[in-house]
Amino acid sequence: MFELLGIPPQALFGQLLLGLINGSFYALLSLGLAVIFGLLNIINFAHGAQYMMGAFVAWMLLNYLGVNYWWALLLVPIAVGLFGIVIERLLISRLYHLDHLYGLLLTFGLALIIQGLFRNQYGISGLPYQIPQQLAGGQNLGFMFLPNYRGWVIVASLVVCLATWFMIEKTKLGAYLRAATENPTLVGAFGINVPRLVTLTYGFGVALAAFAGVLAAPIYSVNPNMGADLIIVVFAVVVIGGMGSILGSIITGFGLGLIEGLTRVFYPEGSAVVIFVIMAIVLLVKPAGLFGRTA
Amino acid sequence: MAVETSDPGIALATDTPSAAGMSRQHLLIFAGLLALGLVAPFVLYPVFVMKVLCFALFACAFNLLLGYGGLLSFGHAAYFGSASYVCAHAAKAWNLTPELSILLGTGTACILGIVFGSLAIRRQGIYFAMVTLAFAQMVFFFSLQAPFTGGEDGIQSVPRGRLLGLIDLSADLTLYFFVLAVVFLGLLLIYRIIHSPFGQVLKAIRENEPRAVSLGYRVNRYKLAVFVMSATLAGLAGATKAIVFQLASLTDVYWTMSGEVVLMTLLGGMGTVFGPIVGAAIIVTMQNYLATFGAWVTVIQGCIFVVGVLLFREGIVGVLSKWFKKPL
Repeated sequence: MFELLGIPPQALFGQLLLGLINGSFYALLSLGLAVIFGLLNIINFAHGAQYMMGAFVAWMLLNYLGVNYWWALLLVPIAVGLFGIVIERLLISRLYHLDHLYGLLLTFGLALIIQGLFRNQYGISGLPYQIPQQLAGGQNLGFMFLPNYRGWVIVASLVVCLATWFMIEKTKLGAYLRAATENPTLVGAFGINVPRLVTLTYGFGVALAAFAGVLAAPIYSVNPNMGADLIIVVFAVVVIGGMGSILGSIITGFGLGLIEGLTRVFYPEGSAVVIFVIMAIVLLVKPAGLFGRTA
Repeated sequence: MAVETSDPGIALATDTPSAAGMSRQHLLIFAGLLALGLVAPFVLYPVFVMKVLCFALFACAFNLLLGYGGLLSFGHAAYFGSASYVCAHAAKAWNLTPELSILLGTGTACILGIVFGSLAIRRQGIYFAMVTLAFAQMVFFFSLQAPFTGGEDGIQSVPRGRLLGLIDLSADLTLYFFVLAVVFLGLLLIYRIIHSPFGQVLKAIRENEPRAVSLGYRVNRYKLAVFVMSATLAGLAGATKAIVFQLASLTDVYWTMSGEVVLMTLLGGMGTVFGPIVGAAIIVTMQNYLATFGAWVTVIQGCIFVVGVLLFREGIVGVLSKWFKKPL
């Protein structure tokens, strides 16, 4: 067996895989944040809570209604996305004429409410969610063992990310969306219902978070705090990448996941903070972010 | 936050300073607060009042940055918590006197403020909030892993020690008057900063940054200065808290703490002199009485956030200030 810098390959590739998994979630969540920010100009602090809701709703569907993982993958984003739409219509839409920071405060409050309610109901110990049987087991790749489910998470996340990129950059709906990001008044003058577009965009962003939540349910235990710490890392990812570019968010998400995985191999103590350190460096060198445009 | 705080009703009310540099109604309120502070420990449990005092200073320090600098930091727990840890460690492991421990803690917060502040002011608005939050989380992970912080347990049973090596602070009442003095001086200092020429420039930057630039002000220097002042005073509050509760723990550096101080300021009224004190008193009291309800406290805090942002953006003191047509 070969060794790299004294690190056995199983450990190295194992951590890289873990990094890619984390990166999948960073990419999905920062993509949702970027889509929402593009049109609504708010940072959706409730994103972590909505990701957690995704995992919980999948768990509830399975345990209360017997709906399996594959249906959950479809139904949960729709349900949580609808919840997002209601929130946007009832609450967030009242803040568009104010400073954007109020949107941050409002969604922070929503995150507290959602997390608090779930903690009351389910405690903080975490609930197990079985890996669907089609994806149980794993492949021996020679240099490492790849659990099927983990491979699936990476593929699914990549596909959804790229589909989102395609939709926004290459379709007519996406063109409306980009136009409304640039100049909502003018787009409205062309007869496009911008407020509805805004609502749907928020719903879509939330649905992405919920989708990530369902993907995460079998890997991490389903618990009310699962989104809270993750979302702060995703904020750092977003600052590093800049929210100007869809493809940029995806690349930054996966890339930082990998870097985090590598750090865990070579300097485990630093793995929790490496993304924040990179953020500091990016702020020094290129304050607008790697893919960002200076405002 | 510029839109809200530039309320013409408040701006028009004349804020004529008396000879002492403080308008009469503010002087009266400060005197009232001091009187209240002197009586409170005989009516209420002193440790509870000290908690209110520490958080009042924390919220006022935060409000200096948000209400007057127009910068929303979502990571003020970093300064509060790191000062708390350093102070606790200095008092316990190095056996320093409480005032030296507090100074060391405050100094740590100041240095952290310089480092994080100079990076964070490179981004504006929402990004600024995210950057400060991310740095605070970094401090949290550091506190979780560093050898001297005691991990999940924190630093417990910190000695209160002898003030200047002379006065024994172990009795609650003695400590209370020391804390009252520290907090009150802190509040006066913040008041002085707000009403100094420096504070006026800050308001100008908050209201219209490009115009301030065009008038020749080096905006980033002012922003960094107010950031460091705010972080330092937040550190003073955190260090004092460590002596009061004889404890520094992960709660002090976690993002929930950053959220709480935002909530106190929002509820009391950002950009008002006395609002954060009111907000801190309400939130601390609420936490005290609802402690047995567990996660419901989080839900209630979330609701206050939502309602506050949607309907009540001026905060309690902001509304009062409008009624009396006087800046409070």
